[in-house]
Amino acid sequence: MTRILALLAMTMTMALGARAQELTPPDVLVKQVTLEVVSLIAKDKEIRGGNRAKLIGLINEKVLPHFNFLSMSALAMGQSWNKATPEQKKRVIEEFKTLLVRTYASALASYSDQKFDFQPLRAKPSDTDVTVNVRVLQPGAQPVPIDYSMEKTASGWKVYDVMVGGVSLVANYRTEFNNLVRESGVDGLIKNLSAKNRALEGADRK
Amino acid sequence: MKWLCVALATLLTGCATTNGDARDPLEGLNRKVYAFNDKVDSWVLRPVATGYRDWVPGELRDRVRNFFGNIADPLIGVNNMLQGKFEDGFLDWMRFGFNSTFGLFGLHDIASDMGYEKHNEDFGQTFGRWGAGTGPYLVLPLLGSSNVRDGLGSALDFYFDPLGEVRPYRVEYGLWATRVVQTRADLLDASRILEEASLDKYVFQRDAYLQRRRSLIHDGQPPRERDVDTIPPEESK
Repeated sequence: MTRILALLAMTMTMALGARAQELTPPDVLVKQVTLEVVSLIAKDKEIRGGNRAKLIGLINEKVLPHFNFLSMSALAMGQSWNKATPEQKKRVIEEFKTLLVRTYASALASYSDQKFDFQPLRAKPSDTDVTVNVRVLQPGAQPVPIDYSMEKTASGWKVYDVMVGGVSLVANYRTEFNNLVRESGVDGLIKNLSAKNRALEGADRK
Repeated sequence: MKWLCVALATLLTGCATTNGDARDPLEGLNRKVYAFNDKVDSWVLRPVATGYRDWVPGELRDRVRNFFGNIADPLIGVNNMLQGKFEDGFLDWMRFGFNSTFGLFGLHDIASDMGYEKHNEDFGQTFGRWGAGTGPYLVLPLLGSSNVRDGLGSALDFYFDPLGEVRPYRVEYGLWATRVVQTRADLLDASRILEEASLDKYVFQRDAYLQRRRSLIHDGQPPRERDVDTIPPEESK
């Protein structure tokens, strides 16, 4: 009997462990993170007053872990991705991440109490690549759809593209990135990205 | 005639400096118009729109936006019907009816509050639905991003614009100016984000426009592109 009890205890622990390991569904994740970030901003006088560094800090902490910047960078570079060395890829991911976080901060800073409409997820439980649809409602205008493309990874669902009003962010970078790679190689792209980031940082300090 | 020669010369020299994007054969010329538009915007339109946003209370700006949104709904409805979406078209006219009466001449968008959402349609989208290709990308003076199809569509939109029938002229022009400033003011945040996010503003805006129009023609559900790296043949079904 003690053996059976031990086995039972082991089974229970394993079941509970598996329970805890279960990933937050992508639509729930998007809703949680969106509402949490928006309410944190609403409460923060400094961020509302235009403290960009603090807003970026908040994004780094709350939003960043749910993005897959490797996928985003690869998709944005398209056919140029394979021309990059592992070292170059690392630099592109780093610079692109900085730029996207800053863009995201800009978008959030212009948020002013619009209402969200979180739409139910249309996907099978077995899907590993889904789109989560959110709509931002605004008076007197068509709602703006924000669609998150997400993929299932071992560490949870990760966003690999954001579409705003039908415009895919990573697709929109593709022509720019490929033009730069064609003109001056992957290093040229890295140089341009980091120059852009430094210029924006400089503008923030002013 | 002289003007034509200059335009042609600009066009030809312009073509020599493009990146060779198949969707944008007139890139050289387009970039020049874009630079001109950008100047007009930063010297006139953006400062006026910024002043409007900063000095006019949000409540009043909402009324202005609703008013112009409302008078646009009938034509949106017609376009929905031309595309075979009769139910949507009917709802647009219903919105117009409700908002013009209970919404006090469209100052209040009560139809949206009741769950009848505003649509986004125009002749360019209708032509797209009918299967027309976009033609080359164009940057129109003052009007900005367009293409041959949407440019023709805009001409029709303009022809049917209810503001065109407003008299006396000074009232008509006053309403036009107000609408332009209101529209620009609503885009202030988006244009700032565009400045910050892009490495080459021209390319970023062009690609966003092309993606946006493609999405609108399919009412937000464009068919998936077969390969992310290939440029889609213009809206082929």
